[in-house]
Amino acid sequence: MNIVVAIKHIPSIADDLPVKGNNVDFDSVDFVLNEWDEHSIEQAVLIKEAVGGTVTVVGVDLIGELDNALHLALAKGADKVVKITADDPAADSHMQAKWLAEAIKGMSPDMVFAGVQASNDIDGQIGPMIAAYLDMPYIGGTSAIEVSGNTATVSKEFPGGVGMKYAVTLPFVAGVQSAPKPPRYAPVSKVRQMAQTATVEKVAPSGEASSGLAFKKMAPPVVTGHAEMIEGSPKEVAAKIVELLKSRGLA
Amino acid sequence: MAQKYEKAIAIEKENIVVDGVDVSGHWNRMFEQRVIFEYTPELIEKVASIPNAESFANCYQCAKCVAVCPVDVVGNYGPRKLYRYAQTGMDLTEAPELWLCTTCANCLRVCPKEVNMVKIMPAVREQAILEGKFVPNELQQAFENTAKSGNPLGQPQRKRDAWIQNAGVPVPIIKDVGRPVDVLWYVGSYPSYHPRGIDAACAAARIFTALGIDFAILGKEEKDDADSQRLAGEKGLFEMMAEYNIATFNKYEWKEMVVTGPHELNAFKNVYPKYGFERPVVHYTTFLARYLDQLKPLLKHPVNKKVTYHDPCYLGRHNGEYEAPRKLLQAIPGVELVEMGRNRENGYCCGGGGGGMWMDSFTAKHTTMRLSEKRAMEAASTGADVLAVACPFEVSRFEDAVKSTGNEHVGVLDILELLDRSMRGEQ
Repeated sequence: MNIVVAIKHIPSIADDLPVKGNNVDFDSVDFVLNEWDEHSIEQAVLIKEAVGGTVTVVGVDLIGELDNALHLALAKGADKVVKITADDPAADSHMQAKWLAEAIKGMSPDMVFAGVQASNDIDGQIGPMIAAYLDMPYIGGTSAIEVSGNTATVSKEFPGGVGMKYAVTLPFVAGVQSAPKPPRYAPVSKVRQMAQTATVEKVAPSGEASSGLAFKKMAPPVVTGHAEMIEGSPKEVAAKIVELLKSRGLA
Repeated sequence: MAQKYEKAIAIEKENIVVDGVDVSGHWNRMFEQRVIFEYTPELIEKVASIPNAESFANCYQCAKCVAVCPVDVVGNYGPRKLYRYAQTGMDLTEAPELWLCTTCANCLRVCPKEVNMVKIMPAVREQAILEGKFVPNELQQAFENTAKSGNPLGQPQRKRDAWIQNAGVPVPIIKDVGRPVDVLWYVGSYPSYHPRGIDAACAAARIFTALGIDFAILGKEEKDDADSQRLAGEKGLFEMMAEYNIATFNKYEWKEMVVTGPHELNAFKNVYPKYGFERPVVHYTTFLARYLDQLKPLLKHPVNKKVTYHDPCYLGRHNGEYEAPRKLLQAIPGVELVEMGRNRENGYCCGGGGGGMWMDSFTAKHTTMRLSEKRAMEAASTGADVLAVACPFEVSRFEDAVKSTGNEHVGVLDILELLDRSMRGEQ
């Protein structure tokens, strides 16, 4: 089983996002691994543990700091890591999907996982675009993937508490919404050991693609409404809340 | 819980025939090996074979530890009980019991065999983490936050010194001072980020300033000490943070370091020396107690409160400071200091040590109440108006606990806040 996980390094939104010109101020923001990619890696390692195989993690190195995320992936059970040395923090998801697809092509994967979306451009396009470039079927929003022989049983969740299971023939690309278990913890000593001993394979970005979109302006959203704070003692506040719920037909 | 691990089978028989005589009754166990020989030592050996956890096997089950274990007060715990559980089938590396110890060290104080849970627990936890065994989710989050953000709260590093805007006095950053200072004040993660911790940090800044102390902080260069993460089993994370911190501390010239928190004191004074850092470090209570004569005239406004003081485990038992906090409280005009039953060497633990700070929900599932709640009730039973603390973990823990136990009338204040109130009057 040859599983490839495509990851994305994104600006951290733990703090206010700094803006410079019409884009993020990439020099004064920390880059972190996309949260959904942590689930992709977990899902891949779980499959490897269940049926054997290798997990290769590949990502675009936007600012020369992707190694940390790759070492973490190795500590969690990935076998091989590859970085595409782009050095372009503004590369959008279309550009990254092209580079990733070109890098993955030669790996002859049975499955390719990508986080279903990322908090920078929430268009959820990396997975589908990789699938298109590799000419493979795509299934997005997965919550569990189990493999038996040449078929994967893929669970998806739908609104309203409805779940569905698909039988998918390998190879395919999946947009991972969540792994069936929370991503495992990688002890720092293991991560540091990987940093000292592991090799990160480097490949040059290959190909051109663009979303065709250009940033005109980037600014914090204008606040149009405010939450109403109810003043008074807990009893008074509770009474007002009940009144409000009643007046809106909710109680 | 005592019946949880049922590997052992008693071999007492209904009837036994001795020399043709049928003897019945409980006393016939005398004719067989004692039950204890039926227990397997494997799970005890499994723990004792881990480096630094060897003393687990020393236990001869006198149970002195159980009498003083703060977790046993709200559950069924204590080193002797853990030993017994291991005899009867508990694998400590996989059991929830692994995560309940707060490393408060009260058991070690009374143990005649020097069974040292302060060493055993971190070692076994580290093993469990390295083997990919169960780690409470909340704790995992705190580890990841520390590794990514430099503090267990997951707050951004560049906001580490944002609190100084609220201090009302200038708080110099050592990088900008550009000359040696007398005191490097290590603020700590909770005083830097937690809203109630910030209150204590601001109070400290005002007190230091009023005393004319030549101090500076590390500002955005300061990162968590990671001692509690070490005690919770993440030694690799601790070492990474220690390397960074030691290099940062050594970048600057200062005579003495003052820390807001007892856990930081323990880290820098007792553990960092193993990594090459040996410079003077004191807790703020010890430091301020030296300035009592200068401090007293500044304490102009009476604080007419009955105050009880909670000894932090890592200030008291681990580092032997019991008197300085009390001296400071008694220096405040109007304060009547009352003691709780468990105080000083036998002080009760707030539950926050050894990583307990980040396992509250997990611990609550395995105990009848939180340790902080038990302690809040003890504080309330003294009739105190204020529960005074000297550890940044405690303000938020006890404020929650006084609320959840119906004791909101007991205020929770850091000694720094009480001194500040007396200095400036009620704000």
